[in-house]
Amino acid sequence: MDMANQARIKETAEKYGTDKVVVILGGAEAESAGLTAETVIAGDPTYAGPLTNVALGLAVYHIFELKDLIDPQVYDEQISMMEMVLDVEEIINEMNNIRSQYQEG
Amino acid sequence: MNFPVIRGTAYVLVHAPDILLGHGTTITMERLKNPDSEYLKALPGHLRSFQEAVGYLPNQVYIGNAHPRQLAEHPSPWYQHPVEAKTQGKYGQILGQAEFYGLMKIADSFNLVELSAEFAASIKDRMPAANLSPKHLAQLDKTRDLSEIIDMVGSHQADGLYLNGQLVGCVREAHDTDPNLSAHVVFENLVCKASGVLALVNLLERFQIDPKEIDYIIETSEEAIGDMNQRGGGNLAKAIGEIANCVNASGADIRGFCAGPAHGILNAAALVQAGIFKNVVVLAGGSSAKLGMNSRDHVNKQMPVLEDMIGGYAVLISENDGVNPVIRTDIVGKHKIGSGSSPQAVIQAIVADPLERNGLKITDVDIFAPELQNPEITVPAGAGDVPLANYKMIGAMAVKRGELDKSELAQFTGTRGMTGFAPTQGHIPSGVPLLGMIRDELLEGRIKRAMVIGKGSLFLGRMTDLFDGISLILEPNQGLVRETGLDLEEIKEHIRLALAEAIEKAADILARR
Repeated sequence: MDMANQARIKETAEKYGTDKVVVILGGAEAESAGLTAETVIAGDPTYAGPLTNVALGLAVYHIFELKDLIDPQVYDEQISMMEMVLDVEEIINEMNNIRSQYQEG
Repeated sequence: MNFPVIRGTAYVLVHAPDILLGHGTTITMERLKNPDSEYLKALPGHLRSFQEAVGYLPNQVYIGNAHPRQLAEHPSPWYQHPVEAKTQGKYGQILGQAEFYGLMKIADSFNLVELSAEFAASIKDRMPAANLSPKHLAQLDKTRDLSEIIDMVGSHQADGLYLNGQLVGCVREAHDTDPNLSAHVVFENLVCKASGVLALVNLLERFQIDPKEIDYIIETSEEAIGDMNQRGGGNLAKAIGEIANCVNASGADIRGFCAGPAHGILNAAALVQAGIFKNVVVLAGGSSAKLGMNSRDHVNKQMPVLEDMIGGYAVLISENDGVNPVIRTDIVGKHKIGSGSSPQAVIQAIVADPLERNGLKITDVDIFAPELQNPEITVPAGAGDVPLANYKMIGAMAVKRGELDKSELAQFTGTRGMTGFAPTQGHIPSGVPLLGMIRDELLEGRIKRAMVIGKGSLFLGRMTDLFDGISLILEPNQGLVRETGLDLEEIKEHIRLALAEAIEKAADILARR
């Protein structure tokens, strides 16, 4: 997760409170989505950005996990094509893995 | 309508490991932040030799010695399975760093490049001399003592030119306080100019085009040329044309990040079709800043640093000659300001909309040429296989539109797409590297239609968050179209009738006398 986005997430969470912020990801790969989720939950695993050693514990989901909450027409116009292109199952599994890993911890 | 044609294409590469170490931004930033890092220590051990770089299949594809389809069949990783290392190809050449320094000297109009006498003498006979003027080649006779070069680099008035770590020359600063004319920036600008010159001379030589024929040059790199009062003012196009003796050409630079070349070709096609100019060259040199961009990941994954190539290309767009493939200027796709930036909106605007407007389907296009980054460079860096992702998106759009069955998706990406092979030099991979192959396949009748797609990430300049893209359709030439309404035989017939009428009148007048 790049430095500028880490700074924005940190600032937003501090301003509104960690219980009021939900992070929605649109990453194309399971691994990068997982790393981003890990960053906003437990801190930057690469120890490079503003979230290094900052465990915000934010709620984080990939957009594919929120399909049921989205107007079907909007979903069809904006996301359905990528649903065919990307490995949706792998991304959702990785998101679940990361979340359960830190909830248990 | 007489559409403009693609008369020729040229592709060049420069192997530049020492420039990578001195100018690649990933390396220069690391040197500032963590000068003693393990990555910096390990990096030199991951650099390729010239022979290894030339024998790398994606580079051979780029200069036209192998078809892009060979990549998928070749054992991977490609860097462990070299092919014959040919420096000359059907479309261009691969130049070594030493000769490239000579070309930088030749391309330098302000005596900013200094070469040691011994080094200059060693490369003089190896320069790609065709279409370079003798006046410019004579630049290599102006040399400096190595001791003076060492002093200039030591006092930070110049950036060194190194060969295997040995100092052989330098690029001096062009101003003592202007950051836009610092040695570093002038060095970057000259790398772009010299590799652009190399592409242009290859185009002129390979297609036997008289430099005097060129009317206009459009340069499409991502470099900003100008001093502190006009950063990015340009004009690299004329600067490059001057070195290649295009004395009748004017030109200008077009910028659009990675989409620059596609915008350039569109503009060139418009200038030619409007009849303003007959021959317009669209070209770009490459980038020293992007060398080794993903080298940290390559070093971590114990592989060679593959981003050691500076790229360049040149395309000649000319008035319809009845032979060469045409650019269908009536089927142009564009990402509009209001199009939206989701991948789906982008593919809709650039790929689906222009086809639909002209009664065509996605499946009516035989070959798509989107961004063609070499996946062996991007996948280890976590950026995925960019061309494959593009082909999947185009195929998925066809499925959504009911033009393709979902079960045919995998086959679609294999038959309508190509494996990526271009160096990750920003504007260089964007659609343009396939133009040479597409031109050949259209000329030989193997395909009926191709789409070239340029995409750009405009957020990089922090002026807009918009996405960008342009697409063009290429088709075989259907022969010259009559614009006058009369062909030669019809004109002759008119003259015959007029003459007959005149003779009749004359005979009549004579008879009356």
